[in-house]
Amino acid sequence: MLSRVADSLYWMSRYLERAEHTARLLDVTTNLMLELSSRHTGGRWAYLFGSLGIPLNPALEADGAAIAVTFDVMLPGSVVACIAASRENARQVREQISSEMWEQLNRLYLHIRRTGMSESWLAEPHEFYVSVKEGAHLFQGITDSTMAHGEGWNFIQAGRFIERAGATARLIDVHFAYMERLADLSETPVQYLEWVTLLKSCTAFEAYCKIHTADMQPKRVAEFLLLDAQFPRSLRFCVDVVQQSLQEIAQLTGGRGSGRAERLAGRLRASLDYGQIDEILASGLSQYLSAFQDECWKIHDALYQTYISYSVEQALA
Amino acid sequence: MQDSLFAQYRLDSSYDELFDPDGEPRAHYRQLYDRLCELASDELRARQQAADVSFLNQGITFTVYGRDEGTERIFPYDLLPRILTASEWQQVERGLIQRITALNLFLHDIYHEAKILADGIVPRELVFTCQHFRREMRGVHVPRNIYISVVGTDLVRLPDGSFAVLEDNLRVPSGVSYMLTNRQVMKRVFPVLFERYGVRPNDYYGQALLATLRALAPPSRPEPTIVLLTPGVYNSAYFEHTFLARQMGIELVEGRDLLVHDNIVYTRTTAGLKRVDVIYRRIDDDFIDPLAFRPDSTLGIPGLFNAYRAGNVALANAIGTGVADDKALYAYVPVIIRYYLGEEAILPNVTTYLLSRDDERAYVLEHIDQLVVKAVGESGGYGMLIGPQSTAAQRDDFTQRILANPRNYVAQPTLQLSRAPCFVDGAIEGRHVDLRPYILYGEQIMIVPGGLTRVALRRGSLVVNSSQGGGSKDTWVLYE
Repeated sequence: MLSRVADSLYWMSRYLERAEHTARLLDVTTNLMLELSSRHTGGRWAYLFGSLGIPLNPALEADGAAIAVTFDVMLPGSVVACIAASRENARQVREQISSEMWEQLNRLYLHIRRTGMSESWLAEPHEFYVSVKEGAHLFQGITDSTMAHGEGWNFIQAGRFIERAGATARLIDVHFAYMERLADLSETPVQYLEWVTLLKSCTAFEAYCKIHTADMQPKRVAEFLLLDAQFPRSLRFCVDVVQQSLQEIAQLTGGRGSGRAERLAGRLRASLDYGQIDEILASGLSQYLSAFQDECWKIHDALYQTYISYSVEQALA
Repeated sequence: MQDSLFAQYRLDSSYDELFDPDGEPRAHYRQLYDRLCELASDELRARQQAADVSFLNQGITFTVYGRDEGTERIFPYDLLPRILTASEWQQVERGLIQRITALNLFLHDIYHEAKILADGIVPRELVFTCQHFRREMRGVHVPRNIYISVVGTDLVRLPDGSFAVLEDNLRVPSGVSYMLTNRQVMKRVFPVLFERYGVRPNDYYGQALLATLRALAPPSRPEPTIVLLTPGVYNSAYFEHTFLARQMGIELVEGRDLLVHDNIVYTRTTAGLKRVDVIYRRIDDDFIDPLAFRPDSTLGIPGLFNAYRAGNVALANAIGTGVADDKALYAYVPVIIRYYLGEEAILPNVTTYLLSRDDERAYVLEHIDQLVVKAVGESGGYGMLIGPQSTAAQRDDFTQRILANPRNYVAQPTLQLSRAPCFVDGAIEGRHVDLRPYILYGEQIMIVPGGLTRVALRRGSLVVNSSQGGGSKDTWVLYE
């Protein structure tokens, strides 16, 4: 497979994952705002954009901010910008992906770019975000069922799960910091609502309840989102998939790489497989999550060094 | 013609594909005509919309240069097929095979012994002043001596019903993907009619193209790696590049995916470097190798030309083929056919005035309001003046340009292109059309039946190019 194609597939997948994540966070947050009095909403938007890593004009609040992060093409990280970037990457490799995949991604793009979309958002924000999330899920389903699970598909998997791991880690980090500040100020119902919101932001509420009931305990929430082996958005699960896809890629390309990417992913996976939540919390959750994100970046770098931006001298040697 | 859908259909002096001069449908159009008379306008419109949505969702679009907004557009598609009889097609096919054979011999000749120039058949200066003549190609051996593997020739139908050649496209002709997707959509929109008519298939074009490219591979490489080289996603024909790569099952590459080491071309893959044997390139000569041609090109591959000259990689089409589709050289094609094949041209040319000749230039400048003036090296409908539809300022501008560089222009009479029925604004009306068949030259010359019929969708317009508001329709060649 061409290195450029691997690059495009990887970013196509990452950007769409990001769009879906952002749409879900906006959906959950606008819903939360309905239930919070103005006393508790201060700083909530800053929290949201901090977790998304989007530099936002502080003058924008509430609907204005949500609309910008949803529809502003010029704002990096906005839902529409991510979908456009994903589609642009797909467009560059359309002969590599199935026609069904391209058509779905194109349809999603045309849907969000349709004029008057921001008006329909004002009327029913939830409906709008559902349509975006469903569009992204449909694309992933189509991908899994119409594309050969070979090299290209594994680059798509790697992109999706590296993105998911990083975004989830950042969200957890920002959330715990926010809750610490909120601890003295607010009463139990608000705190409960905030923990539920975090879980819903990871579509984890129902999965969490099945194991721990609706009893919200920060430690259990952290354990679930970091270390659960079966839940598809936990950090452990994400790293697991990343490692698998890197191994597959190494095998399919004849194992010519240095193996650095697989080793990094394997080490990170082991630390999550055998990690203890008490130890992680005792040594500082925030430090742990920062180190985790650094490791994700190293895996990304190693992947690029091995398969995509290697030097010609190295290849001809 | 009293039926409402045809109420606005007017015949004029141009040849009408559907009706004979008495207003009766021609025999091979009869079934289509009868079917259309049964259909309501709304029903046709619904089918047209279904077809448009299908094109848009599949992303079958092209890029219009020079506009910011909406640069990606679907190529307007007209529902009604253009139909050719078996005998009409046979004539076209024979004529094209003859023409391409002669032009290929001509290219080989001028890049080797140049006999045709020595014999004074074609003027030397016409060849050497052509901006597409590549001195670097002299003496270079190309595989099987085939220069033009992929050709799209533009034909028009004159008022007497005969076909003539308007233009040869010997560099990187485009549009074949529309020919193929138009057919797919057509089969969905009018399945029953299509089946009853007995239409010759065209969907094996991809395989035929692949076989053509395979024929060019170096003999030492029995399992050649073939790639399609595109300028990239912002090129107007990018959709077509992806489409053809997929039809053939070959890799679509950009210049940055290729590199040359020791005169061998490689692609950069996730499994290391891989050798390339044949390149179907959709990049112009100018941009293909910054070391050999334009040094500012970022699309090309440094060193490619040397690898090509060393015979380590084949290019389709060869470099320097543009000299044979120069619009001034076009006037000599009938002579070229006679010179190499000893035959008269089966498909005639359109009358062409060379503005480098004093008497012809004087005539053209006097009658510029009746003629079409074209720049010799341009394509896609850019750089031309249509006399009868021009303003005085435009005519003055062209007169100045002609006087400044007469070699750069030719003039032709304003042609009455034939007209075919089109579904426009809820009714059926005649619109001017041309025909671009696609010719492949590998082990032998092969033409898939039909081609792309381009339509000037604006009423009265004679310009069919997609960049100038043209559309297209499916072209049926009948078995009998």
